Amino acid sequence: MKKRILAAVLASASILGAVAGCQSTATSSTDSGTSSTSGTSSTGSDVGSSTSEGESDVTSEKFTLADGEGNHLVIAAWNEEFKNYFETYIKDRLPDGVTYEFVITENKDNKYQNKLDEDLPNNETAEKKIDMFLFEADYALKYVNSDFTLDVKDLGITDDDISGMYQYTKDVCTSSSGALKGLSWQATPGLFAYKRSIAKDVLGTDDPTKVQEALSDWTKFDEVAAKAKEKGYFMLSGYDDSYRTFSNNVSAPWVNENNEIIIDDNIMKWVDQTKTYTENGYNNKTSLWADAWSADQKKDGKVFGFFYSTWGINFTLAGNCPEKGEYAVCYGPQSYFWGGSWLAGAKGTDNPKLVGDVMRAFCCDAEFGKKFTSETQDYYNNADAMNELAATDFQSAYLGGQNHIALFAETAPKIDMSKISVFDQGLNEKFQGAMKEYFDGTVDKDTALNNFYENAITLYPELKRPA
Amino acid sequence: MADITVNNTGPVVAKAKKGKIGKYKKWGYIFMIPFVVVFLIFQAWPLIQTFYYSIFDYFWSQGQLKFIGPEFCGFDNFVALFTGNVSIWALTYNTMIMWVLGFVPQIIISLLFAYWFTNIRLRLKCLGFFKTVMYMPNLIMASAFSMLIFSLFSDIGPVNNIITSITGGEPFRFLSYTGSTMGLVAMMNFIMWFGNTTILLMAAMMGINESVIEAAEIDGANSSQIFWKITLPLIRPILVYVMITSLIGGLQMFDVPQILTDGMGGPNNSTKTLIMYLNQHIAAKNYGMAGALSVLIFVICAVLSFIVYYFFASDRDQKKLKKRG
Repeated sequence: MKKRILAAVLASASILGAVAGCQSTATSSTDSGTSSTSGTSSTGSDVGSSTSEGESDVTSEKFTLADGEGNHLVIAAWNEEFKNYFETYIKDRLPDGVTYEFVITENKDNKYQNKLDEDLPNNETAEKKIDMFLFEADYALKYVNSDFTLDVKDLGITDDDISGMYQYTKDVCTSSSGALKGLSWQATPGLFAYKRSIAKDVLGTDDPTKVQEALSDWTKFDEVAAKAKEKGYFMLSGYDDSYRTFSNNVSAPWVNENNEIIIDDNIMKWVDQTKTYTENGYNNKTSLWADAWSADQKKDGKVFGFFYSTWGINFTLAGNCPEKGEYAVCYGPQSYFWGGSWLAGAKGTDNPKLVGDVMRAFCCDAEFGKKFTSETQDYYNNADAMNELAATDFQSAYLGGQNHIALFAETAPKIDMSKISVFDQGLNEKFQGAMKEYFDGTVDKDTALNNFYENAITLYPELKRPA
Repeated sequence: MADITVNNTGPVVAKAKKGKIGKYKKWGYIFMIPFVVVFLIFQAWPLIQTFYYSIFDYFWSQGQLKFIGPEFCGFDNFVALFTGNVSIWALTYNTMIMWVLGFVPQIIISLLFAYWFTNIRLRLKCLGFFKTVMYMPNLIMASAFSMLIFSLFSDIGPVNNIITSITGGEPFRFLSYTGSTMGLVAMMNFIMWFGNTTILLMAAMMGINESVIEAAEIDGANSSQIFWKITLPLIRPILVYVMITSLIGGLQMFDVPQILTDGMGGPNNSTKTLIMYLNQHIAAKNYGMAGALSVLIFVICAVLSFIVYYFFASDRDQKKLKKRG
């Protein structure tokens, strides 16, 4: 009897082993990390009712379908940010019977772009047509200049609709032939979010204007870093925290007209600064988005502050540190921008009018924008609405009563995205990855640069090392 | 093939006339058709294409959103693989080092356990329990196991919590050093596969005739002599089999280091394996380079297989000679 039980255990073990083997091959062969979630407009309307209680002048009329439009809306994205907004603000305005689905593929290693590159060319004949997709500034040009995105005019968006938007959000999405291909609901000026308690301890104040004064250029920033170190804090969490402040102030795009990768002097400044910070113990040796980095943002974290952007407050920081009043924001030593998401209609969509309606409702409505910004802390893409909000006594409870919109309203018009290139996403990622090893002390600077070129060219075979 | 068909159909066919055998012969070929067709379409043709594209520039351009090429470039792809910063030598070295680091302890521990478990004189208890437990790690998906180790040994993971609470100093950043990263990969491969190897070796040891061991004991051999002079030589075919399968598995090492190092093969590309690099080229849709690398991996596999086959063959020849003598 004993033997039989044993045999049964071993047999089931080996069968399980075989099954486990199958699974591992299956996951590695498909492009991992793609998941899709779907829902219907009729279910879960409680979310909508709770949000529409706010201001009454924001319309909550349902969209309508044009003749022959499909009743399934497919949206491709790389994270849950837009999905959360969609489910809060847009879902209940979908026409009755229309279902929606998010196809989410993570951004890392070009996975999201690879998925789009695979799906978009066949979108017109595909069974599950992508109606709308999101993209970032880092690779915006690639899709804007392709035939896979629709001119927003063809989706029913008028010049009047987009008149209030920040100019740079339109410039990014204007193709070489002059057509506007995508819209964003946000403007994303950069900021430095600091922990109030640590600022008080180090600088004696947590008032945003005074902290800004103490951090207004890199020399001052370094001094504060040294003071923070003395008190047992870290100035920054990770190696690449300050990366964007340098990479957004470059003199030329990553790649020149001969397809050569040019590392800008300003980016090398970041390398030198971060190496110094690492050697002096001013940072906690983490990396963006790593667990240790998120942990540093918690209430009991020992890090002075984080370079972020508007979306970082509600989408990331509030998730990592849910307690209110812990953080405040200032401009930091250098103005910059980070991220931003654009919505585009995919060629081949069977819902052009609905896509246009969603875009207009979410990106072009000043009244909605005020409500949206008050509720989410995200910075809406409408200059007038935001200036209006900046002038009020709007207070962010999360930031301890600070009116951070006033801060952004000043910096948002200054954003300059003229130095972006198609390859930014991958090159930034590979550069940060290669330099991490230099900061860690595993390799010297030349080896790290060599590794960067090698990894970059593996990712983008058309690029070359500078001659 | 035709002969086998005849044998399988049993006595009826055996009695039949020659003409009838000829008639049945065709069924052999007919039954083979599905396999041959699938093989030609899904294996042979892609294989030929791999060789073909390895001498072409052929990749997806992110900038232009279209495929560039195929444009004949001779052996440029191969030259790049031999001369680049991440050369084929470095990749092969990484792969084999991590395999050896995992395989050596694995075969030693497995031999030891298999010997103990099959030795009736030791009267070990709860054998079934131990065998099951040892096999368990192999049931976990390699990627899940790798993810688990990644979180355990991360800079703020439980292992580092223990280290900092004991030493009171800085955490040890396992994944920032070549040695510790390679060590973790080797350890995972060891933990995942030693149970499987133990069971294979046990099967081999149980096949040894007990009377041979008894005879040795009567002749006065001690247990280490029995192990080295009797058990080991008799399980040699299985040992070679374990070695070959493990070597092939080792050359294809991918999921464990891929997940552990987040696809980078760091630090300084020291844990980047052949297949990880291949995966990077395929992810970038660089079919020319991916083809060239595949061809080189094919050559490496072929060379290693020939070496092992050579040892096998000579072994058999030696036996034949001994018998004649």
